[in-house]
Amino acid sequence: MASPTQVRPSAARFDLFQWLCRAASLAAVAVLLWILWAILEQAWPALREFGAGFLSGASWVPNRDRYGVLPFLVGTVLTSLIALLIAFPPGLAIAIFLSEDFLPGPVRQFMRFVVELLAAIPSVVYGLWGIFVVIPIIQSVGTWTSERFGSVPFLAGPAYGNSLLTASVVLALMILPTITAISRSSLVAVPRTLREGAYALGSTRWEAIFRVILPTAAPGVVAATILALGRAMGETMAVAMLIGNSPRLSFSLFAPSGTLASLLANQFGEAEGMQVSALMYAALVLVALTLVVNIAGEAVLRLTERRTAGIR
Amino acid sequence: MKIPSLTLLLTALVAAPLPAQQLSGAGATFPAPLYQRWGVEYNKQVPAVKVNYQSVGSGAGVKNFLQGVVDFGASDAALTDAEMAKAPKGAVLIPATAGSVVLAYNLPGVTGLKLSRAALAGIFLGTIKKWNDPAIAAANPGLALPATPINVAYRSDGSGTTYVFTQHLAAISPEFDDQVGFDKSVTFPVGIGGKGNEGVTALIKQTPGTIGYVEYGFAEQNKIPMAAIENKSGNFVMPTPESGAAALASVELPENLRAWPVDTAAPDAYPISSFTWLLLYKKYPDAAKLKALKDFITYALTEGQTLATSLGYIPLPESVVAKANAALGTVE
Repeated sequence: MASPTQVRPSAARFDLFQWLCRAASLAAVAVLLWILWAILEQAWPALREFGAGFLSGASWVPNRDRYGVLPFLVGTVLTSLIALLIAFPPGLAIAIFLSEDFLPGPVRQFMRFVVELLAAIPSVVYGLWGIFVVIPIIQSVGTWTSERFGSVPFLAGPAYGNSLLTASVVLALMILPTITAISRSSLVAVPRTLREGAYALGSTRWEAIFRVILPTAAPGVVAATILALGRAMGETMAVAMLIGNSPRLSFSLFAPSGTLASLLANQFGEAEGMQVSALMYAALVLVALTLVVNIAGEAVLRLTERRTAGIR
Repeated sequence: MKIPSLTLLLTALVAAPLPAQQLSGAGATFPAPLYQRWGVEYNKQVPAVKVNYQSVGSGAGVKNFLQGVVDFGASDAALTDAEMAKAPKGAVLIPATAGSVVLAYNLPGVTGLKLSRAALAGIFLGTIKKWNDPAIAAANPGLALPATPINVAYRSDGSGTTYVFTQHLAAISPEFDDQVGFDKSVTFPVGIGGKGNEGVTALIKQTPGTIGYVEYGFAEQNKIPMAAIENKSGNFVMPTPESGAAALASVELPENLRAWPVDTAAPDAYPISSFTWLLLYKKYPDAAKLKALKDFITYALTEGQTLATSLGYIPLPESVVAKANAALGTVE
């Protein structure tokens, strides 16, 4: 830091810049804390009233002031995990495909552009698409499946179009570009020398991809997965349009369900008294869930970095 | 022709406008299309008064009203006694319009469905699961009801529509009252939820075998068949503006004008209808604002009522208009 006696114009500008950067980063943290504080303050009556039982309570009955968030917690976790399960393999495959030279450059550029365009579609449009395209498909597939394999708890009928699976499928499509784009850039960032080295040692292209390039890019792929999971958990509009918004606890893929985000979007407008507080508590749970995912992700990230450090 | 009128318009825009009186209101979403239409039509007649109504929901409307941040509020559930007491300058309830909640259904090849009281409650309790259930079939001897499951659609968001509908179910079925109860947001034991009247309408249209409750106007506009509902006198009544008005006329409004025609005994009345209220303060310190507000509401209660039917609402019976006008007179 320059001392006040030797301030020159350039040094002053530099200080201003540094000051601005600090202020901006502090402001970001402050806003986050402010949001948390506001939610906590509103949630306080419900926190005191229901405590931890809120998390394990399976009934959400606003007119009787009984609030348990378990069905929505289960819905949130299931939809995002299923979405990730559906989106991850093709997402990573597309990323590998686009980072290799299987196709001429311009064609790859075009495909990359198209995949990333998926991220730019507003979620309400995904919701509408889900209503007109995915729901009828899931309805018929679900009816067929639940009639034959209904004894499996996850496939129990009766099958609804607005269901856990419908929401998961559309969520999968929404998080696909996140997985692909970030994985692709980390794959592209793998130094050429590593690939050349692998070839020089006589490995085939697939050996080079799976043994060298993918492990090297693993931290980026993990980061992509965490971001995708976070997006899936917080998605509101498309889910509220597709999941059937049922507060009943259910594990069947073809049954209507609900997520924390869709619960908030649905009920906040007309909520009063304790219901507002319970919704704020639910928001707090959602924030905490996201935090847990991020921390777990960070841990996995560090682990992968350490395990693949030898390659880098 | 075009140019002078454009110049005129520009002059009108540039010239300092008359000191406009802005009336701001907030509240129920159900009557919002009508209130907003009133605002537009009234502004054509009295350009100096602008009415800005925000459909933020009954709950938020009551909140805003009690905080005193709006000139008037609006609520499908009126005000409770506790809320009345909390109003900073005293509160006056003015019934402004009314609506019916209808049971809209999607059963290919079936129209003219009649639902008995037991059938209606059973469907929404989840005890009646198939369309050809004897409880439904008994009232519909001429209909070929399929053996398919009944898919129930309800409002996932809090709403005055749910309030009115569940209030009726709770009145006709002690079991429903016990298991579910009534409010703006309840937990039904069956079915799927859609957001808003349009969300439920979409659910019904999309899946054959679905039945759900929506405002009359939505079912009418979307041409979805509506069920005739058995009223207290044992008659099956179709929802129409006339049968709704018959229900409203059967209520004796108390002094605070807060009453619901819950399960009315009138023989030709549609049983699931309700008023929706404007919330006014007892005293307005600003005389100009008071006059503008009173004039606007007088318009709404007279000429405004003629717009109600075309938008799917029920015009207020004359006896109610008279009482509403009397209540408006007490505002000063």
